[in-house]
Amino acid sequence: MLGRMLGVVLAIGGAFALGGIALHRHEPINALWLIVAGVCIYTLGYRFYAAWITARVFAVDASRATPAERLNNGRDFVPTHRWIVFGHHFAAIAGPGPLVGPTLAAQFGYLPGTLWILIGSVLGGCVQDMTILFLSTRRDGRSLGQMARDELGPFGGFAALIGTLMIMVILIAVLGLVVVNAMKGSPWATFSVFATVPIALLIGVYVRNLRPGRIIEGTIIGVLLLLLGVAGGGWVDQSAGTRALFDMSGPTLAGFVIVYGWVAAVLPVWLLLAPRGYLSTFLKLGVIALLAFAIVVIHPELKMPALTQFIDGSGPIFGGKIFPFVFITIACGSVSGFHALVSSGTTPKLIQNESDVRLVGYGSMALESFVAIMAMIAATLLDPGVYFAINTGAGIAGATPQAAVATISHWGFPVSVAQMQTLAHEMGEHTLFARTGGAPSLAVGMASIFSSTFGRGLLAAWYHFALMFEAVFILTTIDAGTRVGRFMLQDFLGQMWQPLGRTSWYPSVLVTSLLIVAGWGYFLYIGVIDPNGGVNILWPLFGIANQMLAAIALSVATGILVKAGKLRYAWVTAGPLAWLAIITTTAAWQKVVSTDPHLGFFAGAADLAHKLASGALPAASAAVAPKLIFNQRLDGWLTVIFTLIVWFVIVDMVRVTLRCMRGQPQTSSEAPHVPSRLQPAAGGGS
Amino acid sequence: MSSLPALRGARQGLRTLWRLLRTLSGDDAYERYLRHHAQAHPHEPALSCRAFFAAEQQRKWSGINRCC
Repeated sequence: MLGRMLGVVLAIGGAFALGGIALHRHEPINALWLIVAGVCIYTLGYRFYAAWITARVFAVDASRATPAERLNNGRDFVPTHRWIVFGHHFAAIAGPGPLVGPTLAAQFGYLPGTLWILIGSVLGGCVQDMTILFLSTRRDGRSLGQMARDELGPFGGFAALIGTLMIMVILIAVLGLVVVNAMKGSPWATFSVFATVPIALLIGVYVRNLRPGRIIEGTIIGVLLLLLGVAGGGWVDQSAGTRALFDMSGPTLAGFVIVYGWVAAVLPVWLLLAPRGYLSTFLKLGVIALLAFAIVVIHPELKMPALTQFIDGSGPIFGGKIFPFVFITIACGSVSGFHALVSSGTTPKLIQNESDVRLVGYGSMALESFVAIMAMIAATLLDPGVYFAINTGAGIAGATPQAAVATISHWGFPVSVAQMQTLAHEMGEHTLFARTGGAPSLAVGMASIFSSTFGRGLLAAWYHFALMFEAVFILTTIDAGTRVGRFMLQDFLGQMWQPLGRTSWYPSVLVTSLLIVAGWGYFLYIGVIDPNGGVNILWPLFGIANQMLAAIALSVATGILVKAGKLRYAWVTAGPLAWLAIITTTAAWQKVVSTDPHLGFFAGAADLAHKLASGALPAASAAVAPKLIFNQRLDGWLTVIFTLIVWFVIVDMVRVTLRCMRGQPQTSSEAPHVPSRLQPAAGGGS
Repeated sequence: MSSLPALRGARQGLRTLWRLLRTLSGDDAYERYLRHHAQAHPHEPALSCRAFFAAEQQRKWSGINRCC
């Protein structure tokens, strides 16, 4: 009864907030509307839709022993309290994606991105994460690839493996690009990001040798040192000699990131990866909590309009119309295929009771989506002119500040050189023009939120703290991703020549790591030399890949539901699957066949080739043009391959479904029912 | 006098929070391992703290546990 009343209140509140967001079209709206709409919608989704799915569709059985209980080994299989699992799972899925995506998608205005973050997560992303978590829990914590192989067939498993490997390469490249662009020409940022490496090494030695296992102690020392690193960056920025030492160009920084990625992937985990993981988890949870608190305290007005003229596809940050590109750009904040890899494998082995999947799977993703809403707020509270000046590449806005200001003001978003100079000075930067990639503009937004909450004057320190914070967990993803990519490649190559598959054989480790690093290093390098910033090309490719991985995961889930005799509920996963198939295929189609050089990969390559041949390019651009042309064609072919893989998996799923509907015998890889002997946790189940 | 129960409650709360933080960060992983080991394999020697953490970090960071 109380639950129903709460539901009605939430529904009214959510509708009111959403209505407020949608109707305040020609005056600035307050960020609190977005927060209220988010809280209402996530709570409604969690209390009603997720509860219905777990009860009806999954038929969760609280009396059934989970793999954590049956296979308890005190290590990876451990029955764990659901709030602890929630914390672990959230820390694993929360990465830089939901911060960068909404920042870029703000070029359409705040409304499209916000609606997609809210609706996409409640009906799509949260459902995907929870379903995969549940199915993997019923299958002894098997990975997505294994489930695809068991339930759909060898092809499904292979597609999931290839899809994961490709998305990993693109993902690391785009994140590397974000971090390089954040450091480029900024000695302060470069110093504080570089400082994170020795700090992580120190903490690694501390936790392993000096005080074994004292993780909290080590983390606190590490975070203090990181703050010291940010302060030290300010000091480096003061004197000309040290400034010059850390003032680096894009390609140099890309070289550093590439070498770092390779070294990090072959070093033992305890030395660099694990301590960096502790630091980034701590910072991530801390900064997210701080940001939520600060946004509620200062409840800023959003200065970006609800919709901009760029919904027609002429956007400067990335090309393409609002449909389907807002859905591609914001991947991680609404639906992220990558989460299916975390939801299968690691987390299910900790689940103490099946009924916990709602909190852990659905709840974590709802919180992740909320982070995306905060990123949207941080991007849209900036003056739109400032936002576009920071995020538009020099190739589009113009190479000089005067030219950029004229172009952007002409779009209807007034901004002046003086305004940008003052802002850059306040943030302790040389310039903020054309700082593409999303990180600098997010850091400006966060710095203004933090400094207005916790006292002005420290704007530059907050800005570089925000950059360091983003860089720390981007570098964690680069380490971890390269390593995982290497494992997959070794697994794959090991089937051809057995020694290559041995994860402890150093020659194989060095070579396979090098191959993975070369893969993403190539895309990173091309992105860095691209005068348009590179993110405009790489981010859509990443979005398409990530959403396609989600389509693969949802296909596996739908196939399993149908095989389990739940055809009439299959729309729960088939619905989001259909939507993802539509948006990714449309986006891929446009990226491949569009004749607009701003949008289509092949059209972009042809346009550049034409300009190169006719001598219309300045010497600097002409020198890199052949590489850019090759890269755009490669991106086009990659998109075609992604699309084919996804459609093969979907067809495979439909084949399994049809066989099932014809009543042919089905096999299931579900583990047999064993009654649980654990006492239900106090207050558990709700 | 009347503030005593409140004080005790606050201390209890802080202690719970500290326990939660230790479990969440993995700070108490060795203690949990010893408890499990004593119960499951009472006749075998347990790993030392250092050996346990070395193995634990290797295991924890070898799979996909970070995302975009």
